[in-house]
Amino acid sequence: MLTKRIIPCLDIKDGRTVKGTNFVDLRDAGDPVELGALYAKQGADELVFLDITATVEKRKTLADLAKRIARNVNIPFTVGGGVSSVEDASVLLNSGADKVSINTAAFKNPGLISELATAFGNQFVVLAIDTKKEEDGEWYVYLNGGRTKTPMRCLDWAKKGVEAGAGEILLTSMNNDGTRAGFAIDITKQLSDSLPVPVIASGGGGTMQHFVDVFQNAGADAALAASIFHFKEIDIPDLKKYLEQNNIRVRN
Amino acid sequence: MKVVLLKYNAGNVQSVLYALERIGVDAVVTDDHDEIRSADRVLFPGVGEALSAMQSLQEKNLDKLIPELKQPVLGICVGLQLLCAHSEERDTKGLGVFDVKVKRFSNRPNLKVPQIGWNAIYGLQSALFKDVKENSYIYYVHSYYAELCPWTIARSEYGMEYSASLHKDNFYGVQFHTEKSADAGEQILRNFINITDRK
Repeated sequence: MLTKRIIPCLDIKDGRTVKGTNFVDLRDAGDPVELGALYAKQGADELVFLDITATVEKRKTLADLAKRIARNVNIPFTVGGGVSSVEDASVLLNSGADKVSINTAAFKNPGLISELATAFGNQFVVLAIDTKKEEDGEWYVYLNGGRTKTPMRCLDWAKKGVEAGAGEILLTSMNNDGTRAGFAIDITKQLSDSLPVPVIASGGGGTMQHFVDVFQNAGADAALAASIFHFKEIDIPDLKKYLEQNNIRVRN
Repeated sequence: MKVVLLKYNAGNVQSVLYALERIGVDAVVTDDHDEIRSADRVLFPGVGEALSAMQSLQEKNLDKLIPELKQPVLGICVGLQLLCAHSEERDTKGLGVFDVKVKRFSNRPNLKVPQIGWNAIYGLQSALFKDVKENSYIYYVHSYYAELCPWTIARSEYGMEYSASLHKDNFYGVQFHTEKSADAGEQILRNFINITDRK
């Protein structure tokens, strides 16, 4: 049986790990490759590296980082942040990345999803969606790291993305991100029930029980978190034991 | 020992090279027929879409060469699928080493396609799985699978049972990404490099 996945996320700026709270403050949490290898050893199932560097050299830096990760880490990893063309993705794939995540660029040019899926297969394309629940009770898509609101509803965009060829959805709830009050169960469940591809839940994981909840009540295929792992508030081996005790299949 | 990786449009060549490097094996990436023929081990990686992968092999005449190889050959993921007779993915004719069909997982509730993640392998046979425990977890990313057949040497279950691994004569295939499957994956790669008999 396929297991549920635990995915530490490493936000990268200028080659260093950072993590924002509600996408604003940045804290330094070390060397991404060293940290990634440590997580792999502890039993993380996958890693996500999101690059938030905004310089012209970033493409080369990111490819170099992907190579270092691929050389030192023996589990799969996804690279995201500023991938906006087949060429960008190709460089990362050839550096050893298993998947790329695309967000704003895909929203602005949905053709990018199908181009990537055709060139490299659906499994290579992770559609990252930042979403926020507004006062009308609906979840809307946000772009540019949560700074730009769109009138598109989250579920509609996710469905379009999967139709275009996305092999996986990385769903971040902005309402929950940084709160450590639990994942957004309702929107995660909506997507998970409606989509034929795996859904990675992100934003809000603060306790081990939150992970149980997102797997059991929202049907997530994977759960992603950052600072709680970076600052050792939750230890991955403990988390996996806890999930097992709650009858959730995990790799051990 | 000379280890080669087939050079064509497969996406995971770099990952396989690094995995070999982690277990202390130097490999070269090549599409040169003489170099491939003279190698001790041939790895046939693959990520992506079957038809374009097959076309890329054909452009280099590797489709003729591969079935004639005599040394141990390991197909990984799409590499395994292309060693089979036929794939449903864009109706692709395979190399026919394994006379078995490659089918697509059918979408149904609680069965997401592609299968992405860690699943168990069991029913392990052959030296490829030496020192690998039954029900070890390995990493899969795929929408297509080879059916169970007489050459199945490991199984997994995703909606139904399918071939996690195949073996016939000097040809081996793994559907999972052994290069990304943590310690178990590295052991399987090591076993492939160390295979002496062909049982």
